[in-house]
Amino acid sequence: MFENLTDKFEKAFKVLKGQGQISEINIAETLKEVRRALLDADVNFNTAKEFTKTVKEKALGRDVLNAVSPGQLMVKICHEELIELMGGDETEVNYQGNPGIILMSGLQGSGKTTFSGKLANFLKSKKGKNPLLVACDVYRPAAIDQLHVLGDQIGVEVYSNKEEKNPVNIANAAIQHAKSNGNNVVIIDTAGRLAIDEQMMSEISDVKNAINPSETLFVVDAMTGQDAVNTAKAFNERINFDGVILTKLDGDTRGGAAISIKAVVDKPIKFVGTGEKMDALDVFYPKRMADRILGMGDVVSLVERAQEQYDEKEARRLQKKIKKNQFDFNDFLSQLQQVKKMGNVKDLMGMIPGMGKAMKNVEIEDDAFKHIEAIIYSMSPEEREHPEIINQSRKKRIAKGSGQSLTEVNKLLKQFGDTKKMMKMMSNKKNMANMMKQMKGGMPGM
Amino acid sequence: MPFGRELFFFYIMALFGLFGKDKKKKLDQGLEKTKESFLSKLTRTVVGKSKVDDEVLDDLEEVLITSDVGVKTTLKIIERIEERVGREKYVSTSELQNVLRSEIASLLEENNTSDVEYDIPKHPDNNPHVIMVVGVNGVGKTTTIGKLAHQFKGMGKQVVLGAADTFRAAAVDQLIIWSERVGVPIVQQGMEADPASVAFETLEVAKAKGADVAIIDTAGRLHNKVNLMNELTKIKRVMQKVVPGAPHEILLVLDGSTGQNAFEQAKQFSLATEINALAITKLDGTAKGGVVIGISDQMKIPVKYIGVGEQMNDLQSFNRRAFVDSLFGE
Repeated sequence: MFENLTDKFEKAFKVLKGQGQISEINIAETLKEVRRALLDADVNFNTAKEFTKTVKEKALGRDVLNAVSPGQLMVKICHEELIELMGGDETEVNYQGNPGIILMSGLQGSGKTTFSGKLANFLKSKKGKNPLLVACDVYRPAAIDQLHVLGDQIGVEVYSNKEEKNPVNIANAAIQHAKSNGNNVVIIDTAGRLAIDEQMMSEISDVKNAINPSETLFVVDAMTGQDAVNTAKAFNERINFDGVILTKLDGDTRGGAAISIKAVVDKPIKFVGTGEKMDALDVFYPKRMADRILGMGDVVSLVERAQEQYDEKEARRLQKKIKKNQFDFNDFLSQLQQVKKMGNVKDLMGMIPGMGKAMKNVEIEDDAFKHIEAIIYSMSPEEREHPEIINQSRKKRIAKGSGQSLTEVNKLLKQFGDTKKMMKMMSNKKNMANMMKQMKGGMPGM
Repeated sequence: MPFGRELFFFYIMALFGLFGKDKKKKLDQGLEKTKESFLSKLTRTVVGKSKVDDEVLDDLEEVLITSDVGVKTTLKIIERIEERVGREKYVSTSELQNVLRSEIASLLEENNTSDVEYDIPKHPDNNPHVIMVVGVNGVGKTTTIGKLAHQFKGMGKQVVLGAADTFRAAAVDQLIIWSERVGVPIVQQGMEADPASVAFETLEVAKAKGADVAIIDTAGRLHNKVNLMNELTKIKRVMQKVVPGAPHEILLVLDGSTGQNAFEQAKQFSLATEINALAITKLDGTAKGGVVIGISDQMKIPVKYIGVGEQMNDLQSFNRRAFVDSLFGE
């Protein structure tokens, strides 16, 4: 998601590569580029200024003669500084209490309602909670309906009262309802509001005072410019929120808001929204985000997602098949299903070190799997088990049946063959380790 | 049990080879924004100085950048002022405001767009004027449509709305409420209906009624999602079966508080659907308009409307002169 920024950093660091020592002179141009890259990425002006200043001090202060190259040292310093800026260690959302109460706040269109749904879904499916969603947006047309639709989708109850126009009363009644109904977390969705709208700001502050939430969240669109910081400041002064939610990170925004918000309001970013589906949310890890900015990939996230979908028995079965070179299209298909469950392929690719750049000029369509599935589904059971029997006339039939071109069928078969070979190779732990090493070696600027 | 994760790793990499398709290289562009008015910042910048020097220019750069004008346009403005200072040898700080105003105005004018008034063109065969409204999620498309419908109706025009955002939860309900509020008919096929089919029916209904204008709402989509962008092309194609040349206007709605990504949005949506008008919303917030300068300068698409509040009347046609004046507090 930070590919653009990474590009700029790389460009900036190119100036330094090949130079023996970091000096005031050779660092100046690089710092200018770094600052411009940050500004272009919507990083707050002052944050960008501070950032380059700190980086400069640290770079000049170090014994550069010991560094492998000034460029590498600079990447390292920028990386450390980015982590520092984005808030150190990750912090969880506090949903403890009887019931735990989570209050949403933010500008219009930042994604509060969608995120409320996602959070409810997360607490229900990952934390075993029994959440209650509360519709306190009494202004925007159909906002209440929207929350109800989301609630139905994820099987979470939604409390609303279309007759009541006072959010404080709705919130209080909802909490009573939760207590008698056994809901242990209450998530309160509120109307979008501008920080300068005095009436609306006192409204949310009243809601907060009335219900005393265990967690107050500020939801902000990742595409926001410098105003993210101003708005965050203004909301923070009024309701002293506990954490920030960064939404729409599945866009191609450079997301500078992530870098500066924590620095300016000193509140951690807790979750990021990465899609329109109800499971499209991720915990925010500053270190991983810094890795991403610098093109180091987000391997940990990927591994976690893979593990969630990972079925040990199935994996053992596959491993055996791979070793015996019996991996077939049925296995391929079931793997496809699992990869699909892990989320958007492009997102996944972006997490692999060194891939971010390669992926930049590549478009993976959301339904990219469809064509492949169509081809496999057009094979007979025998063909799926023994792909080697697929001859020209079978290929033609498969192409016809799947509505794909013969070239596509050939491509898939070739890819499958290569895949099989590689898998056999990789089922050996030593080989895998070597490959990982190679990948690391290929990391830009490292 | 590392095998599982390695397998996945590998899988994704292997699959990658299957789907790779070249994509046009993306361009970079920028914007930024501000809390204070231009004027107050500018005043602070030049306080205690009699002459425009490097320091003043540096401060000016900061003012522009933090007003969301964007790095590129900011540098352009600074260069022009530098040129002018070089040419005229001495520019006093009190003149700076005037210089800046004329530079910004000329930047806006160079972008060969004309200020557009609300006027609905007539089309052959009494076909309605068709407006398709597009944009990323949460920018205010539906609200803008409600406001537009209200204004058109106030002009005595007959309006039909089409609820082609069949994806976002309750989006159809939201537009229905607007249609009731404004008092205009709406065509809807419920949630999860085919958006192209809704658009098709809307135009048929509008045609049968002899309506002046049909406004089609579409689902918010991030501009880097290729499938969703392709869907817009399909909606467009299907509409042309009913009204040749439709949609006559493709209005891209941008959130006024968006940073540099606004340019990327304008670019990507243009590539997908030939955007010919922009609406900038939420300008009643703390961001006061640098975004408009940046976009007017960089894009050759006219800014047609600006959203300045939550009421039905809070949509204005964009007027450059008035806009520059308002930047400088007049």
